[in-house]
Amino acid sequence: MGKLIAATGNQAVAQAMRQIDPHVVAAYPITPQTDVVEEFAAFVADGVVATEFVPVESEHSSMSTVIGASAAGVRAMTATSSQGLALMWEMLYIAAGLRLPIVMPVANRALSAPINIHGDQSDTMGARDSGWIQLYCKNQQEAYDTLIQAIRIAEHDSVRLPVMVCYDGFIVSHSLAGMELLEDDQVKAFIGKHKALHPLLDTKNPVTYGPLALFDYYFEFRRQLVEGMARAANVIEEVAEEYARLSGRYYGRYEKYNMDDAEIGVLVLGSAASTAEVVVDELRAQGVKAGLLRLRSFRPFPKAELARELSHLKALCVLDRADSPGALGGPVGVEVRSALLESAKRPAVINGIFGLGGRDTTVDLITTVYHRLMKIVDTGTVDEPLFYLGVRGGNNNGRELEAAIPQARATR
Amino acid sequence: MAGNLKQLSHKPERLVSGHRMCAGCAAPVLVKQILYAVDVPVVIANATCCLEVTTSVYPYSNWKCSWIHSAFENTSATIGGVEAAYRAMKKRGEIEEDVRFMAIGGDGGTFDIGLQSLSGALERGHRFVYVCYDNEAYMNTGIQRSSATPLGAWTTTSPVGTAIAGKTRPRKDLTKIVAAHHIPYVAQASPSNWKDLTTKAEKAFNVDGPAFLNVISPCVPGWKYEPELTIKLAKMAVDTCYWPLYEIENGQYKVNYKPKEKKPLVEWLKPQGRFKHLLAPENKHLLDELQSQVDREWEELLKNAGES
Ligand SMILES: Cc1ncc(C[n+]2csc(CCOP(=O)(O)OP(=O)(O)O)c2C)c(N)n1
Ligand code: SF4
Ligand SMILES: [Mg+2]
Repeated sequence: MGKLIAATGNQAVAQAMRQIDPHVVAAYPITPQTDVVEEFAAFVADGVVATEFVPVESEHSSMSTVIGASAAGVRAMTATSSQGLALMWEMLYIAAGLRLPIVMPVANRALSAPINIHGDQSDTMGARDSGWIQLYCKNQQEAYDTLIQAIRIAEHDSVRLPVMVCYDGFIVSHSLAGMELLEDDQVKAFIGKHKALHPLLDTKNPVTYGPLALFDYYFEFRRQLVEGMARAANVIEEVAEEYARLSGRYYGRYEKYNMDDAEIGVLVLGSAASTAEVVVDELRAQGVKAGLLRLRSFRPFPKAELARELSHLKALCVLDRADSPGALGGPVGVEVRSALLESAKRPAVINGIFGLGGRDTTVDLITTVYHRLMKIVDTGTVDEPLFYLGVRGGNNNGRELEAAIPQARATR
Repeated sequence: MAGNLKQLSHKPERLVSGHRMCAGCAAPVLVKQILYAVDVPVVIANATCCLEVTTSVYPYSNWKCSWIHSAFENTSATIGGVEAAYRAMKKRGEIEEDVRFMAIGGDGGTFDIGLQSLSGALERGHRFVYVCYDNEAYMNTGIQRSSATPLGAWTTTSPVGTAIAGKTRPRKDLTKIVAAHHIPYVAQASPSNWKDLTTKAEKAFNVDGPAFLNVISPCVPGWKYEPELTIKLAKMAVDTCYWPLYEIENGQYKVNYKPKEKKPLVEWLKPQGRFKHLLAPENKHLLDELQSQVDREWEELLKNAGES
């Protein structure tokens, strides 16, 4: 049994980093990630970690520094949000392309403009093609647990890819929750000693990192990266099971809530799943067969598993906390639709964009989503395949929502 | 200090032949001269540039020491990460060996896009030697102007047209900008004065903190001259005081070489096609301005070194 504490998501992440005790941490402050850097700097100042802390002058440099450190042969971490992640963008691809097992917590935040410090997932969704594994967490406990697991996933011989551990800004990063810490030596034993592969600092076996590879080799490098990503699927599950034996907490690539006999369901990532669980409970009490699937591993994307878990539904709504202007829908919505295409039986699928810039996504709002699904099942028609949840303006200037909320409330 | 040529010729090469730099390129010459100065293992971070793309064509490498290229503007941060990893391993007793760290980039990767990362790494005090090989333009992408390109020079983005004749702005004095970080060792050198360069490299690798070497690097297609003139042009840059050899050691300026007779700048410009238009009578004002800039900077340097 570990230690029970009250912690914000950022404190939970900083505690995990303390226990991981990486050789190098390079970081730059940005809301809502800042406390991670501050707490970690305090650990360094108090000598409770042996880490070389590199307080860089930008996020481009923090990613570059951990790339250098990881290639040198040590465990290296950074953390960021939003504009910081955007500034790192070039280096994200390079970290993955060099197959460096860097682990980075990201407190999700909206992207400018307008500037906004609150939570949505536009930042990490923008990096979804960078070759990083992306795990989205529901709460403080899971952010802590996932960060520890991420070390094992990233460094696994068959993977060797960087991992982003994503948790919603403010909702998770800044709110306090009761949670359990493992003992320091449990974490140490779980992550094991870092195994360097072709380190720069093995000077007797000099190595060239980051060469020029043109049309004759580049494609094979990228293809190998894709294969590593595919192998990560099993590794995530294996690590989750081993971690569950240690902690009693299990998280796979996705988590189901009343899904198996459900007729209507919502798929969402991150903290909004907690709110949706409340709605599912209420609807179940009313005899509605409502379910929820929370996707934890967006990269690698569990295509076959999702097709299997979702195909029995009559109607599904994918909720995206990020938009892709001009596309068919949000990034998760488009991908889940594609995953279902090959199933002989599949639900009607709608896609809702929600919570941008930290817009509060209440139980009432999510109830309106299930009501949409109930209507689709009743009428057999889909009026609005893509909709915006809880926003003013748009096609009907919010009138529909104004009408829907009291209705949702009345059923609760 | 640096030993004689014969001694240097027996040192192991870290950048070996077979690379694809142009015949007559100064960059590999100066890299070798610098690396002769270290006997312990060196890890190098290389910015995107001519040197990088021509020495690491997969599946080959011309580097006999550990080497990393990550991107264009972040060489200092990348080597800073390697050096931080080394310190972390030392602290935990995981490495015994004495290792040195070097970052190298062109003028574009140093004066322009990499300036922030360089400044950050200098301020944080990583122990590394930053080498800028300054060929005064973005050569790898086909000769575009940088902030190191001198006034009046032709490049593809400072072309000589009927309304504008080459670059309209003077170059940036990067060596002084670096010196303003108050790091232990800053120097300017030239591959023509190999002993001076190797000695400076040795000092740079030996200081316990950041060091910076700014080295002029004639470029055959970029400067438009015949390949056999490379070292001669590097020498003329020194003898005209366009590229003075000096160092700043713990804040103390020292001019390492004072030409007996300061040659007129036009002698250096003449063999270079990029300055051809400056010899036309209608551009005399540009030539005069360039000469007076050189004179001003040389006087200022002598003053800083307490020699005037
Ligand atoms: C972020 C980014 N912008 C632009 C480039 C394109 N680029 C590659 S090398 C280079 C010029 C390099 O010039 P310099 O640093 O002076 O080195 P040189 O090739 O002249 O030796 C440019 C513009 C790039 N690789 N990355
Ligand atoms: S273009 Fe210039 S700098 Fe580049 S390899 Fe050729 S001579 Fe050297
Ligand atoms: Mg250049």
